[in-house]
Amino acid sequence: MSMLHTVNKSPFERNNLDSCLGHAQPGDAILLIEDAVYAAMAGTAMAGKIADAAKTFRVHVLGPDLKARGGDPAKVVAGVTVVDYTGFVDLAARNKAVNAWL
Amino acid sequence: MAYTSNGATIEADEEGYLINITEWDEGLADQIAKDEGITMSPEHWEVVNFLREYYSEYQIAPAVRVLTKAIAKKMGPDKGNNKYLYELFPYGPGKQACKIAGLPKPTGCV
Amino acid sequence: MDEMESGIVKKFMFVNRKAPHGTVYALEVLEMVLISAAFDQDVHLAFIDDGIYQIKKGQAPAEIGCKNFSPTYRALEGYDIEKLYVEAEGLAERGLTEDDLLVPVEVVSRAEMGRLMAEMDVVLTA
Repeated sequence: MSMLHTVNKSPFERNNLDSCLGHAQPGDAILLIEDAVYAAMAGTAMAGKIADAAKTFRVHVLGPDLKARGGDPAKVVAGVTVVDYTGFVDLAARNKAVNAWL
Repeated sequence: MAYTSNGATIEADEEGYLINITEWDEGLADQIAKDEGITMSPEHWEVVNFLREYYSEYQIAPAVRVLTKAIAKKMGPDKGNNKYLYELFPYGPGKQACKIAGLPKPTGCV
Repeated sequence: MDEMESGIVKKFMFVNRKAPHGTVYALEVLEMVLISAAFDQDVHLAFIDDGIYQIKKGQAPAEIGCKNFSPTYRALEGYDIEKLYVEAEGLAERGLTEDDLLVPVEVVSRAEMGRLMAEMDVVLTA
C-alpha cells in the first residue's frame, strides 16, 4: 500500500525534495507544503523535475500555502494537483503511512 | 534541591539527580544512598561502579532491562537478574542506583 | 499506545538525515529510539544524506559546548536495536566508507532504502 510523503522545504535551499523523490515508490503520493510549494510553480529550474516526478508519483501541492506565496493555482507544473486542507486530510487517510521529510 | 559534601554545595534536580556529574565522589554516593535508606555494601558498589563505567562508555544511563542484561553478561546470571538488583535497590536499580552513581535518570525509563 | 500494549508489533523506521550538532534533531531522534526500545517494536534506523554524519567516528563536540552523544549509538545493540542501514550513495558523496562509522551497519543503495521504507508501518524522518 502506498505512502504519503510531505515535503516542506524549498528545493532551492534544501535537498528534502530530492531525497524524497529518490526514496518514494511508484504510485506514492507526494504533497508539497509550506516553502516546498515553490517547487510546484511553473517556470522554475525545478519544473522539469516535478513534471517527471508527476509521471511516477501522485504529486500534489497545498493550495493555501501556494496562494500565500503568490503562486497561481492555475499555473502549477503540469501533472501537479492543487489540494485544500480537506484534500490533505484525505491523502493522509488514504495512505498506509505518512512520511514527513522535515 | 542540593547536597552538601565536604562543605561544598552540590546542585541536584527536584528528584535528587546531580546536575553536574563531575561533582560526584564516593562520599557523596554514601550520602545519597543514606537519603534513599540504603547502606552501601560491596555489592551496592559493584552495581554503582558498573553504571559509572557504562555511562563513561556510552554517555547514557541504561534502562533497567538493558542494565540487567549487561550485568548478567559481565557478572553472571546470579547478579544479572531483577530479584538480586531490586533487593539491593528496592526502588529500582535504574532509578535509585543511577542517582547514587551521580548519573542522570535512565534514558528509556518509562 | 493501546496497540503497543496489546502486543501488536509494528515496523518502525527512524530516518536520520541531518548532521548531529548543528540542530537538536539527531539527539532528539536518538532519545526517541531508546525509548521506543521499551515497547518491543520492530525498530529500524536509517542514515541518509547528512544523517550519516551522526555515526561518523571521532566526534569531539566538547569545545562547542555540545554533549557528545555519538558513543550512545554503540549502546543501541544492548537495547536490541540492531537494524541499522546507511545509504551507499550518501556515504560515497561524503568521502566516507563503512570503516569511518562508529557502529556496524548494513550499507544499501538508495533504491533498496526506498523499498525498505515502503515496508514500514510508521516512518519518522528528521
